[in-house]
Amino acid sequence: MDTNKNNPALVWIANLSFVIICFIALFPILNLLLSSFRPSSELMRNGISLTFDPSMLNLDNYTYIFTQAGDYWTWYGNSLAISALTIVLSLFFSSMVGYALAVYDFKGSNFFFVLVLFILMVPFEILMLPLYQLMISMQLINTYTAVVLPAIVAPIAVFFFRQFALGLPKELMDAARIDGSTEYGIFFKIMLPLMTPSLAAMAILQGLNSWNNFLWPLIVLRSNDMFTLPIGLATLLTPYGNNYDVLIAGSVMTIVPIIILFIFFQRYFISGLTVGGVKG
Amino acid sequence: METSKSTNTNLAAEKRPNKFLEIINSKKVVPYIFVSPFVLSFIIFTFYPAIRGIIMSFQSVLPGQVEFIGLSNYERIFNPTFYKALSNTTIYVILTVTILTIIPIILSVLLDSKFVKGRTFFRASLFMPALASTIVAGMVFRLMFGETDTAVANQIMNWLGMESVEWRYNAWSGMFLMVILCSWRWMGVNILYFLAALQNVPKELYEAADIDGAGRVQKFFYVTLPFLKPVTIFVVTISIINGFRMFEESFVFWEAGSPGNIGLTMVGYIYQQGIQQNDMGFGAAIGVVLMLIIFVISIIQLFLTGAFKRGDE
Repeated sequence: MDTNKNNPALVWIANLSFVIICFIALFPILNLLLSSFRPSSELMRNGISLTFDPSMLNLDNYTYIFTQAGDYWTWYGNSLAISALTIVLSLFFSSMVGYALAVYDFKGSNFFFVLVLFILMVPFEILMLPLYQLMISMQLINTYTAVVLPAIVAPIAVFFFRQFALGLPKELMDAARIDGSTEYGIFFKIMLPLMTPSLAAMAILQGLNSWNNFLWPLIVLRSNDMFTLPIGLATLLTPYGNNYDVLIAGSVMTIVPIIILFIFFQRYFISGLTVGGVKG
Repeated sequence: METSKSTNTNLAAEKRPNKFLEIINSKKVVPYIFVSPFVLSFIIFTFYPAIRGIIMSFQSVLPGQVEFIGLSNYERIFNPTFYKALSNTTIYVILTVTILTIIPIILSVLLDSKFVKGRTFFRASLFMPALASTIVAGMVFRLMFGETDTAVANQIMNWLGMESVEWRYNAWSGMFLMVILCSWRWMGVNILYFLAALQNVPKELYEAADIDGAGRVQKFFYVTLPFLKPVTIFVVTISIINGFRMFEESFVFWEAGSPGNIGLTMVGYIYQQGIQQNDMGFGAAIGVVLMLIIFVISIIQLFLTGAFKRGDE
Protein backbone atom coordinates (compact mmCIF):
# COMPACT_ATOMS: atom_id res chain seq x y z
CA MET A 1 0.00 0.00 0.00
CA ASP A 2 1.14 3.57 -0.38
CA THR A 3 3.83 5.38 1.52
CA ASN A 4 2.50 8.94 1.64
CA LYS A 5 0.03 8.90 4.49
CA ASN A 6 1.31 6.32 6.90
CA ASN A 7 -0.25 6.52 10.28
CA PRO A 8 2.71 6.40 12.73
CA ALA A 9 0.74 4.20 15.14
CA LEU A 10 0.13 1.69 12.38
CA VAL A 11 3.82 1.66 11.43
CA TRP A 12 4.63 0.99 15.07
CA ILE A 13 2.12 -1.83 15.39
CA ALA A 14 3.29 -3.47 12.17
CA ASN A 15 6.97 -3.36 13.13
CA LEU A 16 6.30 -4.49 16.67
CA SER A 17 4.17 -7.41 15.52
CA PHE A 18 7.02 -8.53 13.27
CA VAL A 19 9.55 -8.35 16.06
CA ILE A 20 7.26 -10.54 18.15
CA ILE A 21 6.65 -13.01 15.34
CA CYS A 22 10.34 -13.32 14.50
CA PHE A 23 10.99 -13.86 18.17
CA ILE A 24 8.47 -16.71 18.17
CA ALA A 25 10.05 -18.17 15.02
CA LEU A 26 13.57 -18.04 16.43
CA PHE A 27 12.82 -18.77 20.09
CA PRO A 28 12.84 -22.60 19.86
CA ILE A 29 15.98 -22.59 17.71
CA LEU A 30 17.82 -20.29 20.12
CA ASN A 31 16.60 -22.40 23.02
CA LEU A 32 17.94 -25.52 21.34
CA LEU A 33 21.35 -23.89 20.91
CA LEU A 34 21.42 -22.63 24.49
CA SER A 35 20.18 -25.88 26.01
CA SER A 36 22.91 -27.86 24.30
CA PHE A 37 25.34 -26.24 26.74
CA ARG A 38 23.34 -27.30 29.79
CA PRO A 39 24.05 -30.53 31.71
CA SER A 40 21.89 -33.20 30.15
CA SER A 41 20.63 -34.60 33.44
CA GLU A 42 19.47 -31.17 34.50
CA LEU A 43 17.84 -30.62 31.08
CA MET A 44 16.07 -33.95 31.41
CA ARG A 45 14.75 -33.03 34.87
CA ASN A 46 13.68 -29.45 34.20
CA GLY A 47 12.98 -29.28 30.48
CA ILE A 48 13.82 -26.13 28.55
CA SER A 49 13.50 -23.41 31.10
CA LEU A 50 13.47 -19.61 31.09
CA THR A 51 15.33 -19.55 34.37
CA PHE A 52 18.57 -21.41 34.78
CA ASP A 53 21.94 -20.93 36.35
CA PRO A 54 24.31 -19.58 33.66
CA SER A 55 27.31 -20.94 35.57
CA MET A 56 26.11 -24.46 34.69
CA LEU A 57 26.72 -23.92 31.00
CA ASN A 58 29.53 -26.10 29.70
CA LEU A 59 30.72 -28.03 26.67
CA ASP A 60 30.27 -31.50 28.19
CA ASN A 61 27.55 -32.59 25.74
CA TYR A 62 29.78 -31.73 22.81
CA THR A 63 32.83 -33.34 24.36
CA TYR A 64 30.81 -36.49 24.87
CA ILE A 65 29.40 -36.53 21.36
CA PHE A 66 32.79 -36.01 19.74
CA THR A 67 34.59 -38.58 21.85
CA GLN A 68 32.14 -41.30 22.80
CA ALA A 69 29.01 -41.22 20.67
CA GLY A 70 30.05 -43.54 17.87
CA ASP A 71 26.45 -44.35 16.89
CA TYR A 72 25.71 -40.71 16.31
CA TRP A 73 28.45 -40.40 13.72
CA THR A 74 27.30 -43.58 12.00
CA TRP A 75 23.84 -42.00 11.64
CA TYR A 76 25.45 -38.79 10.43
CA GLY A 77 27.37 -40.71 7.77
CA ASN A 78 24.22 -42.58 6.70
CA SER A 79 22.26 -39.34 6.43
CA LEU A 80 25.03 -37.69 4.41
CA ALA A 81 25.30 -40.67 2.06
CA ILE A 82 21.55 -41.01 1.54
CA SER A 83 21.08 -37.28 0.98
CA ALA A 84 23.99 -37.13 -1.46
CA LEU A 85 22.70 -40.13 -3.40
CA THR A 86 19.19 -38.71 -3.51
CA ILE A 87 20.39 -35.32 -4.72
CA VAL A 88 22.62 -36.70 -7.49
CA LEU A 89 20.19 -39.32 -8.78
CA SER A 90 16.99 -37.30 -8.51
CA LEU A 91 18.57 -34.25 -10.14
CA PHE A 92 19.98 -36.31 -12.97
CA PHE A 93 16.78 -38.17 -13.81
CA SER A 94 14.25 -35.45 -13.00
CA SER A 95 16.07 -32.77 -15.01
CA MET A 96 16.22 -35.12 -17.98
CA VAL A 97 12.48 -35.77 -17.85
CA GLY A 98 11.50 -32.17 -17.17
CA TYR A 99 13.73 -30.95 -19.98
CA ALA A 100 12.29 -33.43 -22.49
CA LEU A 101 8.73 -32.46 -21.54
CA ALA A 102 9.58 -28.81 -22.12
CA VAL A 103 11.64 -28.73 -25.31
CA TYR A 104 10.39 -31.61 -27.48
CA ASP A 105 7.05 -31.92 -29.22
CA PHE A 106 6.29 -35.59 -29.11
CA LYS A 107 3.31 -37.87 -28.95
CA GLY A 108 2.22 -38.31 -25.38
CA SER A 109 4.13 -35.37 -23.92
CA ASN A 110 0.92 -33.87 -22.56
CA PHE A 111 -0.11 -37.21 -21.15
CA PHE A 112 3.22 -37.55 -19.34
CA PHE A 113 2.93 -34.05 -17.93
CA VAL A 114 -0.60 -34.66 -16.64
CA LEU A 115 0.71 -37.88 -15.11
CA VAL A 116 3.42 -35.89 -13.28
CA LEU A 117 0.78 -33.53 -11.89
CA PHE A 118 -1.36 -36.48 -10.91
CA ILE A 119 1.46 -38.20 -8.98
CA LEU A 120 2.14 -34.91 -7.20
CA MET A 121 -1.29 -35.27 -5.62
CA VAL A 122 -0.89 -38.90 -4.56
CA PRO A 123 0.57 -38.86 -1.05
CA PHE A 124 3.39 -41.31 -0.50
CA GLU A 125 1.83 -42.46 2.78
CA ILE A 126 -1.01 -44.35 1.11
CA LEU A 127 1.48 -46.33 -1.00
CA MET A 128 3.89 -47.09 1.80
CA LEU A 129 2.62 -50.55 2.77
CA PRO A 130 2.71 -52.03 -0.76
CA LEU A 131 6.06 -50.25 -1.33
CA TYR A 132 7.37 -51.81 1.84
CA GLN A 133 6.26 -55.23 0.59
CA LEU A 134 7.95 -54.52 -2.74
CA MET A 135 11.19 -53.71 -0.92
CA ILE A 136 10.92 -56.93 1.07
CA SER A 137 10.45 -59.00 -2.08
CA MET A 138 13.37 -57.18 -3.76
CA GLN A 139 15.42 -57.98 -0.63
CA LEU A 140 16.35 -54.35 -0.19
CA ILE A 141 15.26 -53.93 3.44
CA ASN A 142 17.87 -52.17 5.58
CA THR A 143 19.81 -50.77 2.60
CA TYR A 144 20.43 -47.26 1.26
CA THR A 145 18.86 -48.40 -2.02
CA ALA A 146 15.49 -48.97 -0.36
CA VAL A 147 15.48 -45.42 1.00
CA VAL A 148 16.67 -43.72 -2.18
CA LEU A 149 15.08 -45.76 -4.97
CA PRO A 150 11.44 -44.57 -4.75
CA ALA A 151 12.66 -40.93 -4.77
CA ILE A 152 14.94 -40.90 -7.80
CA VAL A 153 12.38 -39.42 -10.18
CA ALA A 154 10.76 -36.73 -8.07
CA PRO A 155 7.55 -35.40 -9.69
CA ILE A 156 7.93 -32.04 -7.95
CA ALA A 157 11.41 -31.66 -9.45
CA VAL A 158 10.23 -32.80 -12.90
CA PHE A 159 7.53 -30.15 -12.71
CA PHE A 160 9.99 -27.46 -11.63
CA PHE A 161 12.57 -28.36 -14.30
CA ARG A 162 9.90 -28.38 -16.99
CA GLN A 163 8.73 -24.90 -16.03
CA PHE A 164 12.34 -23.70 -16.04
CA ALA A 165 13.29 -25.40 -19.31
CA LEU A 166 10.31 -23.81 -21.09
CA GLY A 167 12.26 -20.56 -20.86
CA LEU A 168 15.48 -21.92 -22.41
CA PRO A 169 16.54 -20.52 -25.81
CA LYS A 170 15.69 -23.22 -28.36
CA GLU A 171 17.76 -21.50 -31.08
CA LEU A 172 20.83 -22.86 -29.30
CA MET A 173 19.58 -26.39 -29.95
CA ASP A 174 19.29 -25.84 -33.69
CA ALA A 175 22.70 -24.19 -33.83
CA ALA A 176 24.24 -27.15 -32.01
CA ARG A 177 22.48 -29.62 -34.34
CA ILE A 178 24.01 -27.85 -37.34
CA ASP A 179 27.38 -28.20 -35.66
CA GLY A 180 26.76 -31.94 -35.54
CA SER A 181 26.00 -32.29 -31.85
CA THR A 182 23.79 -35.18 -30.74
CA GLU A 183 20.61 -34.56 -28.76
CA TYR A 184 22.37 -35.92 -25.67
CA GLY A 185 25.31 -33.60 -26.22
CA ILE A 186 22.89 -30.69 -26.51
CA PHE A 187 21.29 -31.58 -23.21
CA PHE A 188 24.41 -32.32 -21.17
CA LYS A 189 26.82 -29.78 -22.67
CA ILE A 190 24.57 -26.84 -23.56
CA MET A 191 21.17 -26.89 -21.89
CA LEU A 192 21.97 -28.47 -18.51
CA PRO A 193 24.53 -25.77 -17.63
CA LEU A 194 21.86 -23.18 -18.45
CA MET A 195 19.56 -24.88 -15.95
CA THR A 196 22.00 -24.37 -13.04
CA PRO A 197 19.72 -22.07 -10.98
CA SER A 198 16.91 -24.63 -11.12
CA LEU A 199 19.35 -27.42 -10.31
CA ALA A 200 20.54 -25.51 -7.25
CA ALA A 201 16.98 -24.93 -6.03
CA MET A 202 16.05 -28.58 -6.49
CA ALA A 203 19.31 -29.82 -4.94
CA ILE A 204 18.32 -27.89 -1.84
CA LEU A 205 14.73 -29.12 -1.84
CA GLN A 206 15.68 -32.77 -2.40
CA GLY A 207 18.61 -32.57 -0.01
CA LEU A 208 16.58 -31.02 2.78
CA ASN A 209 13.67 -33.43 2.29
CA SER A 210 16.02 -36.37 2.36
CA TRP A 211 18.01 -35.05 5.35
CA ASN A 212 14.78 -34.59 7.32
CA ASN A 213 12.86 -37.57 5.90
CA PHE A 214 11.40 -39.75 8.61
CA LEU A 215 8.56 -42.17 7.89
CA TRP A 216 9.99 -44.12 4.94
CA PRO A 217 13.49 -44.63 6.42
CA LEU A 218 11.79 -45.60 9.70
CA ILE A 219 9.98 -48.38 7.85
CA VAL A 220 12.78 -49.77 5.68
CA LEU A 221 15.83 -49.30 7.92
CA ARG A 222 16.08 -51.93 10.63
CA SER A 223 19.43 -51.85 12.37
CA ASN A 224 21.04 -49.12 14.42
CA ASP A 225 24.08 -48.97 12.13
CA MET A 226 21.84 -48.11 9.13
CA PHE A 227 19.69 -45.44 10.83
CA THR A 228 19.62 -41.89 9.54
CA LEU A 229 19.84 -38.91 11.91
CA PRO A 230 16.09 -38.32 12.45
CA ILE A 231 15.48 -42.03 13.12
CA GLY A 232 18.50 -42.32 15.38
CA LEU A 233 17.65 -39.18 17.32
CA ALA A 234 14.04 -40.36 17.69
CA THR A 235 15.28 -43.55 19.37
CA LEU A 236 16.84 -41.34 22.05
CA LEU A 237 13.47 -39.75 22.88
CA THR A 238 12.81 -42.28 25.62
CA PRO A 239 11.01 -41.42 28.85
CA TYR A 240 14.17 -42.40 30.75
CA GLY A 241 16.16 -39.67 29.08
CA ASN A 242 19.54 -41.27 29.61
CA ASN A 243 20.83 -40.02 26.26
CA TYR A 244 19.86 -36.37 26.36
CA ASP A 245 23.48 -35.30 25.88
CA VAL A 246 23.61 -36.90 22.43
CA LEU A 247 20.03 -35.90 21.68
CA ILE A 248 20.44 -32.19 22.32
CA ALA A 249 23.96 -31.59 21.01
CA GLY A 250 23.28 -33.99 18.15
CA SER A 251 20.16 -32.07 17.15
CA VAL A 252 22.14 -28.85 17.04
CA MET A 253 24.65 -30.44 14.72
CA THR A 254 21.94 -31.62 12.32
CA ILE A 255 20.55 -28.13 11.79
CA VAL A 256 23.63 -25.92 12.02
CA PRO A 257 25.04 -27.02 8.62
CA ILE A 258 21.65 -26.33 7.06
CA ILE A 259 21.36 -22.89 8.63
CA ILE A 260 24.85 -22.04 7.36
CA LEU A 261 23.90 -23.19 3.85
CA PHE A 262 20.70 -21.19 4.13
CA ILE A 263 22.56 -18.00 4.98
CA PHE A 264 24.70 -18.36 1.84
CA PHE A 265 22.08 -19.69 -0.58
CA GLN A 266 18.91 -18.07 0.71
CA ARG A 267 17.55 -17.38 -2.77
CA TYR A 268 17.75 -21.03 -3.82
CA PHE A 269 16.26 -22.23 -0.56
CA ILE A 270 13.28 -19.97 -1.04
CA SER A 271 12.66 -20.88 -4.68
CA GLY A 272 13.22 -24.56 -3.91
CA LEU A 273 10.98 -24.78 -0.89
CA THR A 274 8.14 -22.67 -2.23
CA VAL A 275 7.72 -24.68 -5.43
CA GLY A 276 5.80 -27.43 -3.75
CA GLY A 277 5.44 -26.90 -0.08
CA VAL A 278 5.21 -30.65 -0.20
CA LYS A 279 6.57 -32.22 2.89
CA GLY A 280 9.19 -34.91 2.27
CA MET B 1 25.63 -52.40 -61.84
CA GLU B 2 26.78 -55.49 -60.02
CA THR B 3 29.70 -53.71 -58.37
CA SER B 4 27.69 -50.71 -57.30
CA LYS B 5 25.14 -53.03 -55.67
CA SER B 6 27.79 -54.83 -53.71
CA THR B 7 29.34 -51.58 -52.58
CA ASN B 8 25.91 -50.51 -51.49
CA THR B 9 25.44 -53.57 -49.34
CA ASN B 10 28.95 -53.09 -48.01
CA LEU B 11 28.10 -49.54 -47.13
CA ALA B 12 24.90 -50.63 -45.46
CA ALA B 13 26.80 -53.21 -43.46
CA GLU B 14 29.31 -50.63 -42.39
CA LYS B 15 26.56 -48.21 -41.60
CA ARG B 16 24.54 -50.54 -39.43
CA PRO B 17 26.05 -49.47 -36.10
CA ASN B 18 25.72 -45.88 -37.23
CA LYS B 19 22.13 -46.50 -38.16
CA PHE B 20 21.47 -47.71 -34.65
CA LEU B 21 23.06 -44.56 -33.26
CA GLU B 22 21.02 -42.56 -35.74
CA ILE B 23 17.76 -44.02 -34.43
CA ILE B 24 18.86 -43.52 -30.85
CA ASN B 25 19.71 -39.93 -31.69
CA SER B 26 16.68 -39.12 -33.84
CA LYS B 27 14.40 -36.41 -32.57
CA LYS B 28 11.53 -38.88 -32.61
CA VAL B 29 13.18 -41.32 -30.21
CA VAL B 30 15.23 -39.08 -27.94
CA PRO B 31 12.31 -37.62 -25.95
CA TYR B 32 11.10 -41.11 -25.08
CA ILE B 33 14.55 -42.10 -23.87
CA PHE B 34 14.67 -38.96 -21.73
CA VAL B 35 11.22 -39.65 -20.31
CA SER B 36 11.77 -43.38 -19.75
CA PRO B 37 13.14 -43.09 -16.18
CA PHE B 38 9.91 -41.35 -15.20
CA VAL B 39 7.75 -43.99 -16.87
CA LEU B 40 9.67 -46.82 -15.21
CA SER B 41 9.59 -45.15 -11.82
CA PHE B 42 5.88 -44.43 -12.20
CA ILE B 43 5.05 -48.02 -13.07
CA ILE B 44 7.23 -49.57 -10.35
CA PHE B 45 6.83 -47.11 -7.48
CA THR B 46 3.37 -45.61 -8.00
CA PHE B 47 1.13 -47.61 -10.32
CA TYR B 48 2.10 -51.09 -9.13
CA PRO B 49 1.91 -50.24 -5.39
CA ALA B 50 -1.43 -48.48 -5.91
CA ILE B 51 -2.95 -51.56 -7.56
CA ARG B 52 -1.21 -53.86 -5.08
CA GLY B 53 -2.55 -51.77 -2.19
CA ILE B 54 -6.11 -52.02 -3.46
CA ILE B 55 -5.79 -55.79 -3.90
CA MET B 56 -4.17 -56.14 -0.47
CA SER B 57 -7.08 -54.33 1.16
CA PHE B 58 -9.26 -57.33 0.24
CA GLN B 59 -6.75 -59.82 1.57
CA SER B 60 -5.47 -61.17 4.81
CA VAL B 61 -1.69 -60.84 4.40
CA LEU B 62 0.40 -63.07 6.61
CA PRO B 63 3.97 -64.16 5.87
CA GLY B 64 3.73 -66.93 3.28
CA GLN B 65 -0.05 -67.01 3.52
CA VAL B 66 -2.17 -64.60 1.53
CA GLU B 67 -5.88 -65.14 1.51
CA PHE B 68 -8.74 -63.33 -0.20
CA ILE B 69 -11.21 -62.30 2.48
CA GLY B 70 -13.58 -60.01 0.61
CA LEU B 71 -14.75 -56.92 2.42
CA SER B 72 -13.95 -57.96 5.98
CA ASN B 73 -11.00 -55.53 6.27
CA TYR B 74 -13.39 -52.72 5.37
CA GLU B 75 -15.99 -53.98 7.82
CA ARG B 76 -13.36 -53.93 10.57
CA ILE B 77 -12.42 -50.33 9.77
CA PHE B 78 -15.50 -48.88 11.36
CA ASN B 79 -14.30 -49.19 14.94
CA PRO B 80 -13.77 -46.59 17.71
CA THR B 81 -10.00 -46.38 17.15
CA PHE B 82 -10.51 -45.53 13.48
CA TYR B 83 -13.07 -42.87 14.36
CA LYS B 84 -10.61 -41.45 16.87
CA ALA B 85 -7.87 -41.31 14.22
CA LEU B 86 -10.25 -39.76 11.70
CA SER B 87 -11.58 -37.14 14.11
CA ASN B 88 -8.08 -36.27 15.38
CA THR B 89 -6.87 -35.85 11.81
CA THR B 90 -9.91 -33.81 10.80
CA ILE B 91 -9.63 -31.46 13.78
CA TYR B 92 -5.91 -31.12 13.10
CA VAL B 93 -6.58 -30.29 9.44
CA ILE B 94 -9.23 -27.68 10.27
CA LEU B 95 -7.02 -25.97 12.85
CA THR B 96 -3.78 -25.99 10.82
CA VAL B 97 -5.51 -24.84 7.63
CA THR B 98 -7.19 -21.95 9.42
CA ILE B 99 -4.01 -20.85 11.19
CA LEU B 100 -1.73 -21.39 8.22
CA THR B 101 -3.96 -19.38 5.86
CA ILE B 102 -5.33 -16.43 7.80
CA ILE B 103 -2.21 -15.44 9.72
CA PRO B 104 0.12 -15.64 6.67
CA ILE B 105 -2.28 -13.47 4.61
CA ILE B 106 -2.27 -10.73 7.25
CA LEU B 107 1.49 -10.95 7.84
CA SER B 108 2.37 -11.01 4.15
CA VAL B 109 0.26 -7.90 3.48
CA LEU B 110 2.06 -6.14 6.33
CA LEU B 111 5.44 -7.40 5.16
CA ASP B 112 4.74 -6.29 1.60
CA SER B 113 3.83 -2.76 2.67
CA LYS B 114 6.55 -0.16 2.76
CA PHE B 115 6.29 0.56 6.44
CA VAL B 116 8.00 -2.51 7.81
CA LYS B 117 11.74 -2.04 8.21
CA GLY B 118 14.26 -4.86 7.80
CA ARG B 119 12.06 -7.01 5.60
CA THR B 120 14.92 -9.26 4.47
CA PHE B 121 15.76 -10.12 8.05
CA PHE B 122 12.12 -10.84 8.90
CA ARG B 123 11.72 -13.02 5.83
CA ALA B 124 14.86 -15.02 6.63
CA SER B 125 13.98 -15.59 10.27
CA LEU B 126 10.39 -16.57 9.45
CA PHE B 127 11.77 -19.13 7.04
CA MET B 128 14.23 -20.64 9.52
CA PRO B 129 11.76 -23.08 11.22
CA ALA B 130 11.14 -24.89 7.91
CA LEU B 131 14.80 -25.96 7.93
CA ALA B 132 14.53 -27.98 11.12
CA SER B 133 13.19 -31.51 10.82
CA THR B 134 9.94 -32.29 12.62
CA ILE B 135 11.89 -34.62 14.89
CA VAL B 136 14.40 -31.98 16.01
CA ALA B 137 11.77 -29.25 16.28
CA GLY B 138 9.40 -31.62 18.05
CA MET B 139 12.10 -32.59 20.53
CA VAL B 140 12.62 -28.92 21.40
CA PHE B 141 8.86 -28.40 21.75
CA ARG B 142 8.65 -31.48 23.95
CA LEU B 143 11.26 -30.00 26.26
CA MET B 144 9.60 -26.57 26.21
CA PHE B 145 6.19 -28.07 26.95
CA GLY B 146 7.48 -30.42 29.63
CA GLU B 147 5.30 -31.55 32.53
CA THR B 148 7.34 -29.86 35.23
CA ASP B 149 6.79 -26.32 36.53
CA THR B 150 10.28 -25.45 35.32
CA ALA B 151 9.56 -25.93 31.59
CA VAL B 152 9.04 -22.74 29.56
CA ALA B 153 5.36 -23.28 28.75
CA ASN B 154 4.38 -23.94 32.34
CA GLN B 155 6.55 -21.07 33.58
CA ILE B 156 4.53 -18.79 31.31
CA MET B 157 1.25 -20.39 32.45
CA ASN B 158 2.20 -19.87 36.10
CA TRP B 159 3.30 -16.34 35.38
CA LEU B 160 -0.13 -15.68 33.85
CA GLY B 161 -1.65 -17.06 37.06
CA MET B 162 -2.75 -20.40 35.60
CA GLU B 163 -2.12 -23.95 36.68
CA SER B 164 0.69 -26.00 35.14
CA VAL B 165 -0.46 -28.31 32.37
CA GLU B 166 0.65 -31.86 31.62
CA TRP B 167 0.82 -31.01 27.96
CA ARG B 168 1.27 -34.49 26.53
CA TYR B 169 -1.47 -36.09 28.63
CA ASN B 170 -4.63 -34.13 27.85
CA ALA B 171 -6.65 -34.40 24.66
CA TRP B 172 -6.85 -30.64 24.11
CA SER B 173 -3.22 -29.90 24.92
CA GLY B 174 -2.03 -32.87 22.86
CA MET B 175 -3.83 -31.49 19.83
CA PHE B 176 -2.47 -28.03 20.68
CA LEU B 177 1.11 -29.39 20.65
CA MET B 178 0.74 -30.98 17.22
CA VAL B 179 -0.96 -27.91 15.74
CA ILE B 180 1.55 -25.45 17.17
CA LEU B 181 4.51 -27.53 15.98
CA CYS B 182 3.15 -27.71 12.43
CA SER B 183 2.12 -24.04 12.39
CA TRP B 184 5.51 -22.96 13.69
CA ARG B 185 7.33 -24.89 10.97
CA TRP B 186 5.22 -23.87 7.96
CA MET B 187 4.19 -20.29 8.75
CA GLY B 188 7.19 -18.76 7.00
CA VAL B 189 6.85 -20.84 3.84
CA ASN B 190 3.19 -19.89 3.52
CA ILE B 191 4.01 -16.22 4.04
CA LEU B 192 6.40 -16.52 1.09
CA TYR B 193 3.63 -17.95 -1.10
CA PHE B 194 1.40 -14.99 -0.34
CA LEU B 195 4.24 -12.49 -0.73
CA ALA B 196 4.97 -13.87 -4.19
CA ALA B 197 1.32 -13.46 -5.12
CA LEU B 198 1.21 -9.92 -3.77
CA GLN B 199 4.00 -8.93 -6.20
CA ASN B 200 1.50 -9.54 -8.99
CA VAL B 201 -1.18 -7.15 -7.76
CA PRO B 202 -1.09 -4.19 -10.20
CA LYS B 203 -0.17 -1.01 -8.33
CA GLU B 204 -2.57 1.01 -10.49
CA LEU B 205 -5.46 -0.72 -8.78
CA TYR B 206 -4.44 0.77 -5.44
CA GLU B 207 -4.09 4.20 -7.04
CA ALA B 208 -7.54 3.84 -8.57
CA ALA B 209 -8.91 2.82 -5.17
CA ASP B 210 -7.21 5.86 -3.61
CA ILE B 211 -8.93 8.14 -6.11
CA ASP B 212 -12.24 6.55 -5.24
CA GLY B 213 -11.47 7.34 -1.62
CA ALA B 214 -11.09 3.78 -0.39
CA GLY B 215 -9.56 3.27 3.04
CA ARG B 216 -6.88 0.79 3.98
CA VAL B 217 -9.34 -1.87 5.11
CA GLN B 218 -11.51 -1.46 2.01
CA LYS B 219 -8.43 -1.73 -0.21
CA PHE B 220 -7.47 -4.95 1.57
CA PHE B 221 -10.89 -6.52 1.09
CA TYR B 222 -11.72 -5.28 -2.39
CA VAL B 223 -8.32 -5.10 -4.13
CA THR B 224 -5.80 -7.32 -2.34
CA LEU B 225 -7.94 -10.26 -1.29
CA PRO B 226 -9.46 -11.06 -4.72
CA PHE B 227 -5.95 -11.20 -6.15
CA LEU B 228 -4.92 -13.66 -3.47
CA LYS B 229 -7.73 -16.09 -4.29
CA PRO B 230 -5.74 -18.53 -6.48
CA VAL B 231 -2.79 -18.74 -4.09
CA THR B 232 -5.19 -19.09 -1.16
CA ILE B 233 -6.89 -22.08 -2.80
CA PHE B 234 -3.45 -23.57 -3.46
CA VAL B 235 -2.24 -23.06 0.12
CA VAL B 236 -5.50 -24.41 1.56
CA THR B 237 -5.28 -27.50 -0.65
CA ILE B 238 -1.68 -28.39 0.18
CA SER B 239 -2.34 -27.69 3.86
CA ILE B 240 -5.34 -30.04 3.82
CA ILE B 241 -3.39 -32.78 2.04
CA ASN B 242 -0.34 -32.34 4.29
CA GLY B 243 -2.69 -32.41 7.28
CA PHE B 244 -4.17 -35.75 6.23
CA ARG B 245 -0.62 -37.08 5.71
CA MET B 246 0.48 -36.06 9.19
CA PHE B 247 2.49 -38.60 11.16
CA GLU B 248 5.73 -37.16 12.48
CA GLU B 249 4.17 -34.40 14.59
CA SER B 250 2.37 -37.12 16.50
CA PHE B 251 5.28 -39.60 16.59
CA VAL B 252 7.71 -37.09 18.06
CA PHE B 253 5.46 -36.42 21.06
CA TRP B 254 4.30 -39.96 21.80
CA GLU B 255 6.43 -42.36 19.72
CA ALA B 256 4.50 -45.62 19.43
CA GLY B 257 1.32 -44.74 21.28
CA SER B 258 -0.41 -41.83 23.01
CA PRO B 259 -2.60 -42.07 26.14
CA GLY B 260 -6.18 -42.72 25.00
CA ASN B 261 -4.98 -42.30 21.40
CA ILE B 262 -5.11 -38.51 21.76
CA GLY B 263 -2.37 -38.23 19.14
CA LEU B 264 -3.42 -41.02 16.78
CA THR B 265 -3.74 -39.93 13.14
CA MET B 266 -4.84 -41.70 9.96
CA VAL B 267 -1.26 -42.35 8.82
CA GLY B 268 -0.34 -43.25 12.39
CA TYR B 269 -3.13 -45.84 12.32
CA ILE B 270 -1.84 -47.26 9.02
CA TYR B 271 1.66 -47.46 10.52
CA GLN B 272 0.38 -49.05 13.73
CA GLN B 273 -1.75 -51.69 11.99
CA GLY B 274 0.33 -52.33 8.87
CA ILE B 275 3.89 -52.14 10.17
CA GLN B 276 3.78 -52.60 13.94
CA GLN B 277 1.01 -55.22 14.06
CA ASN B 278 1.96 -56.58 10.64
CA ASP B 279 -1.71 -56.58 9.56
CA MET B 280 -0.96 -55.37 6.05
CA GLY B 281 -4.36 -56.08 4.56
CA PHE B 282 -6.15 -54.00 7.18
CA GLY B 283 -3.51 -51.25 6.92
CA ALA B 284 -3.99 -51.21 3.15
CA ALA B 285 -7.76 -50.83 3.61
CA ILE B 286 -7.22 -47.77 5.84
CA GLY B 287 -4.90 -46.48 3.12
CA VAL B 288 -7.61 -46.85 0.49
CA VAL B 289 -10.07 -44.91 2.67
CA LEU B 290 -7.45 -42.17 3.13
CA MET B 291 -6.82 -42.15 -0.63
CA LEU B 292 -10.55 -41.64 -1.28
CA ILE B 293 -10.68 -38.72 1.17
CA ILE B 294 -7.68 -37.03 -0.45
CA PHE B 295 -9.04 -37.79 -3.92
CA VAL B 296 -12.34 -36.04 -3.17
CA ILE B 297 -10.48 -33.00 -1.79
CA SER B 298 -8.27 -32.85 -4.89
CA ILE B 299 -11.30 -33.01 -7.19
CA ILE B 300 -12.90 -30.14 -5.29
CA GLN B 301 -9.67 -28.17 -5.67
CA LEU B 302 -9.59 -28.83 -9.41
CA PHE B 303 -13.12 -27.52 -9.73
CA LEU B 304 -12.24 -24.41 -7.77
CA THR B 305 -9.10 -23.55 -9.74
CA GLY B 306 -9.84 -24.88 -13.21
CA ALA B 307 -7.99 -28.09 -13.98
CA PHE B 308 -4.23 -28.31 -13.57
CA LYS B 309 -3.45 -24.65 -13.17
CA ARG B 310 -1.09 -25.26 -10.31
CA GLY B 311 1.94 -23.90 -12.16
CA ASP B 312 0.53 -20.44 -12.67
CA GLU B 313 0.49 -19.56 -9.03
